[in-house]
Amino acid sequence: MKKSEVPQDKGSVSEKGSRELYYALDENGEYTTELSTGWEPKQIVQNHTLSELEERINQAQQDVKNGLASPIVYFMELKRMDWQIVADYSGIWKWRVKLHANPSRFQKLSDKTLSKYAEAFEISLEELKNYKGD
Amino acid sequence: MQQEFKHHITAHCENGVASNLLKNKGLDISEPMVFGIGAGLFYVYLPFIKVNHAPGISYRPMPGWIFNGLAKRLGIKIKRQKFSTPEKAKAVLDENLKNNNPAGLQVGVYHLPYFPDDYRFHFNAHNLVVYGKEDGQYLVSDPTMETIHKMTDAELEKVRFAKGFLAPKGHIYYPIYIPEKIDWETAIRKGIQKVCSNMLAPVPIIGVKGIRMVARAIAKWPTKYGVKKANYYLAQMVRMQEEIGTGGGGFRYIYSAFLQEAGKKINNPQLVSLSEEMTKIGDLWRDFAVKASRVYKQRSNEEDVYSSLSNDLLHLADLEEDFFKKLKKAI
Repeated sequence: MKKSEVPQDKGSVSEKGSRELYYALDENGEYTTELSTGWEPKQIVQNHTLSELEERINQAQQDVKNGLASPIVYFMELKRMDWQIVADYSGIWKWRVKLHANPSRFQKLSDKTLSKYAEAFEISLEELKNYKGD
Repeated sequence: MQQEFKHHITAHCENGVASNLLKNKGLDISEPMVFGIGAGLFYVYLPFIKVNHAPGISYRPMPGWIFNGLAKRLGIKIKRQKFSTPEKAKAVLDENLKNNNPAGLQVGVYHLPYFPDDYRFHFNAHNLVVYGKEDGQYLVSDPTMETIHKMTDAELEKVRFAKGFLAPKGHIYYPIYIPEKIDWETAIRKGIQKVCSNMLAPVPIIGVKGIRMVARAIAKWPTKYGVKKANYYLAQMVRMQEEIGTGGGGFRYIYSAFLQEAGKKINNPQLVSLSEEMTKIGDLWRDFAVKASRVYKQRSNEEDVYSSLSNDLLHLADLEEDFFKKLKKAI
């Protein structure tokens, strides 16, 4: 890629006030560097990923509302986690986390266990308990 | 020779931390040289590990690999520590800063306050330098950012003790010894040999063979998983390739820059001409990303698109196999 071809499309990093560094060739065929504000193909796959995540979050919200999943599933999706990451942050075994995804089991959890989840999700105990999918 | 720490933006975080820390200690080494001698170009396909709900593909080796490989080949010694508690981790960092010794840290990106929202995933192999404290805040040199940032104690603790795959556990590292005289020629040769043996490894999931395995897999994605899931997998693949850690085209350009610089340094014109060849391969990786991104605009002929992408990837694997065989002979 030539220095003049380094893309200057709209990108999310540049919106936060930074650019990305590329190695590219100058007119004499020597490697040099150039800053880029973003590249459209990158932004497209990024946006697609985010919209899929959004869908997962909405699905989890619906599932909680319809009594199919506990709030743990919703907050797991919201915080872009998976079972293992929830297990690692909460210190609760993965197979137990999966059990707690069941609304009736969730209802029976002690405040002590629930606060481990709340801490993992960076929310208050009340927020976790009272989430109804609304 | 201790100097004031200077922040330089680089393309890749681990290269950047290594290059910035070594420059601070008086060893002027560019990012491409770090990447080349540290044998940073890599490829591994981990279908059994799911990253962000998609099969794992990594264009880079394990965190720490580049700096360790570089150190080994240049005779540098690095001190590395991980911690069981955040208190100990903070104490060691603060002690380093008190002695005016900038330190590299492995961190998770999810809680980095200066990252844009769409970069914030539970990815734990990011690297940055902390080089001082001002008004109770840490001065952070993140090599993928144009400027320095500040972070509070709590913010830094969060990223240093991120959980999940490759949890950093407060990982801190810094060079403690740099030799007076460096044998660049041997270091460059060994770095190149390492990359060649990795990319040509006789292991189905690694290097050129790994690329072929992915190529064959993606052709089946739409029928095996349905179009929606296939499109999501493809997006993750391209994100890993061109976004997180710049693995595809980006890495090929850094490697080309290395071959050009190294070829001139040790007077090997073959490396300089191979640099041109690698640049062209880098362009093709980027073409692949452009083509993949079109999947999200036009929804027709999904299977055709996937088999065409598969062919492109097989072609890239052929080109790279040929390239690394030539490179191996050139040194």
